[in-house]
Amino acid sequence: MKRVVITGAGTINALGHSVPATLEAMREGRCGIGELDFRDVERLAIKIGGQVRGFEAEGRFNRQQMSLYDRFTQFTLTAAKEAIEQSGIEFHGELAARSGVVLGTAGGGVSTWDDNYRSVYEDGKNRVHPFVVPKLMNNAAASHVSMGYNLKGPSFTVSTACASSNHAMALAFQMVRSGASPAMVTGGSESMLCFGGVKAWEGLRVMSKDACRPFSANRNGMVQGEGAGVFVFEEYEHAKARGADILCEVIGFAMSSDAADIVMPSKQGAARAMAGALADARINAGEVGYINAHGTGTAANDKTECAAVADVFGPHADDLMISSTKSMHGHLIGGTGAVELLACIMALRDGIIAPTIGYEEPDPECALDVVPNEAREAKVDIALSNAFAFGGLNAVLALKRV
Amino acid sequence: MSISDRVIAIIAEQAMLEPSDVTPESTLEDLGIDSLGLVESIFAIEEEFDISIPFNANEPTASDFDISSVAAIIAGIEKLVAEKV
Repeated sequence: MKRVVITGAGTINALGHSVPATLEAMREGRCGIGELDFRDVERLAIKIGGQVRGFEAEGRFNRQQMSLYDRFTQFTLTAAKEAIEQSGIEFHGELAARSGVVLGTAGGGVSTWDDNYRSVYEDGKNRVHPFVVPKLMNNAAASHVSMGYNLKGPSFTVSTACASSNHAMALAFQMVRSGASPAMVTGGSESMLCFGGVKAWEGLRVMSKDACRPFSANRNGMVQGEGAGVFVFEEYEHAKARGADILCEVIGFAMSSDAADIVMPSKQGAARAMAGALADARINAGEVGYINAHGTGTAANDKTECAAVADVFGPHADDLMISSTKSMHGHLIGGTGAVELLACIMALRDGIIAPTIGYEEPDPECALDVVPNEAREAKVDIALSNAFAFGGLNAVLALKRV
Repeated sequence: MSISDRVIAIIAEQAMLEPSDVTPESTLEDLGIDSLGLVESIFAIEEEFDISIPFNANEPTASDFDISSVAAIIAGIEKLVAEKV
């Protein structure tokens, strides 16, 4: 089996338009959640979200590209550019032929659906732009990254709701570890912050109207975010040979399915995913210093996740740190695991643990060290990143400091 | 603006050219408009004139609508606009 390292990272989200900006915001415990700003927002009950601000697609992309790129694709390409440029990798010849892109998204081109449904249903138009389908399809972002960077190997999109990015990165990891691909571009993207996208979530009655406060006793729901996170996963020897800067190593993963309920999380399913990732990475539970929690801020997720952590880690659960950065950037749904992986990289590489902000009141059912409100310095050798999706589909990644 | 000028403006925008560079004799190929660009131009023309153009991208040459040159396209649009009234 090959060793797999991360040699490039890119992002755009409510905290920043780049990895350095995002990590700075996480270090400072800044909140990127605010008043939503888009058409018909006044008809929503939920009016807050982690919206990307100051992102002008015009100027970045030409007219033809604009007609083909939904916002989730624009986010993906922005993050992919940062990641691939940082990595310094250039795809040509045999490397290009065997390298691909695996991305996660739950909804794909949600605002393209939204705009065009509005046009035909509300405005009564009988004709839509010819590129509606290639713009909204879930694989549009992966395809444009493939086209943009000459990635000719296996490329596809994974859609497992809130675990999409983690499933995608786990698959990319497997491809590099198995030797099938020398490098893979992976991560995920989501852009659901439009009228229909938020209205759909409102229906579930799990959204907070004021803030995302994971693990806090007074938490009252999740807050949506948007953006993308993209990484270059590369075979270790390949990265070393070209002198690449290695951000961290990916050492294991596991996926599990609750096989129980379409929305309620399962302690056993979450625990099996975390334990599975430790086993896959061949590490002991006691070696894990930090967990980036799924930590949605809903009553059900946070207590179930904490119980699962207690089951898997036993007494060590009280020694490790677990935080939810969703409190700052919101829940990026299919893109969330990718942006959250950045907090793991910061923990491993910089020794800084991103906090869980908005933490106001201890909850006996979430009695772990959730790094409340302020970032902390700590040396971490191994980190886990959790994602537990609606539909009971779980994916956990294990990363190591290099 | 005449129908001809309006069609030329749409085609010029698609081709990223000045309208003066789009002559009646030009073919879409001459102008660098590919199949996706053609479909987009047809959409834009339909929107501009509120007409339906009988065009199937599977068989661009088989439909009644002649796209062999800018002049042919303009003639086709003029006919469709006249039929609409």
